[in-house]
Amino acid sequence: MQITMTVNGDAVTREGEPRVLLVHFLRDVLGLTGTHWGCDTSNCGLCTVLMDGVPVKSCTVLAVMASGHDIRTVEGMASGGTLDPVQQGFMEEHGLQCGFCTPGMMLTARALLDKDPHPTDEVIREAISGQICRCTGYATIVRSIQWAAAHPAGSSQVETPAAEPETAEPETAEVSA
Amino acid sequence: MQIPAAFEYARADSIDHALQLLAEHGPESRVIAGGHSLLPMMKLRLANPEWLIDINDLTDLEHITEDGDWLRVGALTRHVTLLESDIVAGHFPIVRDAEKTIADPLVRNRGTIGGSLCQADPAEDLSTVCHVLRAELVIRGPNGDRTVPMKELHRGPYETTVEPNEILTEIRWPIRARSSSAYTKVERRVGDWATAASGASVTMGSGGQIEDVTIGLTAVGLDGSTATRAQDAVRGQQPSEELYAEAGRLAAEDCNPVEDQRGTEAYKRHLADELTRRVLRKAVERLMSTAEAGS
Repeated sequence: MQITMTVNGDAVTREGEPRVLLVHFLRDVLGLTGTHWGCDTSNCGLCTVLMDGVPVKSCTVLAVMASGHDIRTVEGMASGGTLDPVQQGFMEEHGLQCGFCTPGMMLTARALLDKDPHPTDEVIREAISGQICRCTGYATIVRSIQWAAAHPAGSSQVETPAAEPETAEPETAEVSA
Repeated sequence: MQIPAAFEYARADSIDHALQLLAEHGPESRVIAGGHSLLPMMKLRLANPEWLIDINDLTDLEHITEDGDWLRVGALTRHVTLLESDIVAGHFPIVRDAEKTIADPLVRNRGTIGGSLCQADPAEDLSTVCHVLRAELVIRGPNGDRTVPMKELHRGPYETTVEPNEILTEIRWPIRARSSSAYTKVERRVGDWATAASGASVTMGSGGQIEDVTIGLTAVGLDGSTATRAQDAVRGQQPSEELYAEAGRLAAEDCNPVEDQRGTEAYKRHLADELTRRVLRKAVERLMSTAEAGS
């Protein structure tokens, strides 16, 4: 059947079976592989996208159920070559190692900051509690989101991260690029 | 890769339309709202509906309304809305207590109270909450609305009295003066089902005694909707630690937990005891602080 939705601001229409999950529609039909696919059981949160601005697990939403709705994926976070402050925060504070949970974490962070621009660490931990990271132990993710909260307009510094000699692990920045 | 078996899909644009679609497609059609219970079951092929009737557009079913002595909640109301509602928390703090522990924030953004109740999972928290609050459920079918008390909603695990051609439309909680409530749950991690949980609602009499009480338990095989012997022991008594201990002891005796990966039978009985004491203590504390703030 016909599935029509807005993805990162663009209207898209495709044919698809009702049983196609939103995560597979985004990855396999639209080719937007930034949305990761993990546990398949709505436990891990890797597949998190924003549906009408609200974070949801796209493995547990049918693409037809998202028809008529506004979907935002990690590909829609940066605008005109400028990273979202949340993305910058993940670079600044080393919010990722392997990067598998990162798109979902960043989208949940974006939705949180849109609602609560200055969350406490506890509020951040609660917000991301449905998403699993097996690398960082979450401390750097919380710091990354706090960085974004402290820099709502982003920072010009992070456009040239290699120029900062104090940066402990510059290779982390390359991974996220 | 978990993919549901093939099915047909229709989106309802009104409650009547949804009922018409259910009538048209028969007992192998299912209503889908948040989908966070049904879709995982379909992926595992534990549920194989031929038709899904999507009711997410029925905004009439998404409301929280104070109506005289009742708080009426639409069946499509999302967990996040219940969690954040100050009206709900003001009358029934047990709801916010429970919602904080249901699944995780992302699941709560989609899941609905109607879906939770109709899933009829024995480890589901809002069912206990509705038993404790003596909820009534409004079910709409081809012949109009009928109302059933919470204790009649579930026929057994995963089975309800909502017929295949009917839809649960509303949950009603009676608002009672001088009352408060609490819920507490032990879970292994965020998003897990309860190892055990307990909920209680307490109404105080003018002499400071507990005039009325309901106590419910989750995931420990309580026979019946509420812990009746524990309730009988508490009703009419002055609140005290000894009283909470006696209620906990009776609740633990009367439940029937099964050992599984979440814990042994003895451990779950211990939780039933301890959590029952805690929710009674908490509900009474809340009542006292409200009374002090009001005086």
